Amino acid sequence: MTVTHLTINGETISQDINPRESLADFLRERRNLTGTHLGCEHGACGACTVSLDGMVVRSCVVLAVMCEGRKIETIEGTRKSEPMDVIRRHFHEKHALQCGFCTPGMLMMARDIIARYPEPSDSVIRSQLSGQICRCTGYAGIIAAIESAAREIRDAVE
Amino acid sequence: MKSAAFQYSRPETVAEAVALLTAAEGSAMPISGGQSLLILMALRMTMIDRLVDISRLPELRELRDDRSDVFIGASTTHAMIEDGKIPDPSTGLMSRVASRIAYRAIRNLGTIGGSMALADPSADWPACLIALDAEVSIAGPDGQRWEKAEDFVSGAYETILLPGEIVLGFRIARRQSMRWGTAKVSRKSGAFADSMAVFVEAAGDGLPRAALTGTTSHARILPRVGKYAQNRSILDPGDLRAAILDDLAEIVPDADAYQLRCHVATVSRAITDARAS
Repeated sequence: MTVTHLTINGETISQDINPRESLADFLRERRNLTGTHLGCEHGACGACTVSLDGMVVRSCVVLAVMCEGRKIETIEGTRKSEPMDVIRRHFHEKHALQCGFCTPGMLMMARDIIARYPEPSDSVIRSQLSGQICRCTGYAGIIAAIESAAREIRDAVE
Repeated sequence: MKSAAFQYSRPETVAEAVALLTAAEGSAMPISGGQSLLILMALRMTMIDRLVDISRLPELRELRDDRSDVFIGASTTHAMIEDGKIPDPSTGLMSRVASRIAYRAIRNLGTIGGSMALADPSADWPACLIALDAEVSIAGPDGQRWEKAEDFVSGAYETILLPGEIVLGFRIARRQSMRWGTAKVSRKSGAFADSMAVFVEAAGDGLPRAALTGTTSHARILPRVGKYAQNRSILDPGDLRAAILDDLAEIVPDADAYQLRCHVATVSRAITDARAS
């Protein structure tokens, strides 16, 4: 066990962590932050996407012990994120989810795409989203939601 | 899909990391981004007793622009290279290659040093770095040494690293009026390449270098292709194809018809891409 200090959704904690614990397991099992979903547990599906020091990462292929001193934001931490409010609304309006399993990862990725590409084209969204798997929607609604959310966020800035 | 138990160390110096890895006699592995290693461990394809976290060692994070060449530390992530946050000796080639590796969430953590040291037979960086004729800086129990990237990777998941050694980074020369091209075929965007080629040529700088990966072994230079492309501004498609097939016969003798078509396509496209720029 290794004592690790990290900040999760603005709260700094220190906790004994078993080296083999993935960040995803740590968040879900030890911190009760079950909004981060685990699909494949080997970096293939994108459901467990969280933000680490402002970058999107897959929490199933990050060791919690390696997060010493770093800042993690999970889907629970985005409740007060303004762009995320807009993105969530567009996901709702464009029917960008059905079962909701992939949605936390999709939302984290959507915000990252919009931050890096303020005016994302359909093909940019498709290629940037290719690491996130959804088995319900066929992606069309998700792509439409990200496109329209990006437009609203862009218009608000201008 | 969870890894078996292992010990974890976070040394503060390269010397300490090398000592830990040497003492473990092959049962320890260095980890930086972990974007391949942690997956292999979760799938129980590799068993490791100790992970030595080298992701924070300052020597491996170094980025140095020495005018005639550039040093890129091993812990530099694909995303940093994609975003142009490094001094670029390659006039955009490295950024293009980085942007096509896996997915952004993987690129944010995965490192150029890890890609090279793990030597996956379909990894992108070995092909790019041998095409750029990079040199690899290696630290080990007997001190530091430099090796050519081309000699570094020796097979599928095989390198010339000795027990206890780690990659510190890469030295890449700046070249005059360099042209480059690259092409990749994968089953889906972000998947490992079925075939990926990088072509680099520079004025008065010897043979153009065509590198190929996605074979069952390691990334290799195609010498006959380089020789054919040298000093020829207009390439005959039939002759080029013959040169590629000659190299492939030697490098991937076991390739089937589909693989051969992929390799011929990526090498040809990489050259066309370079010549169009």
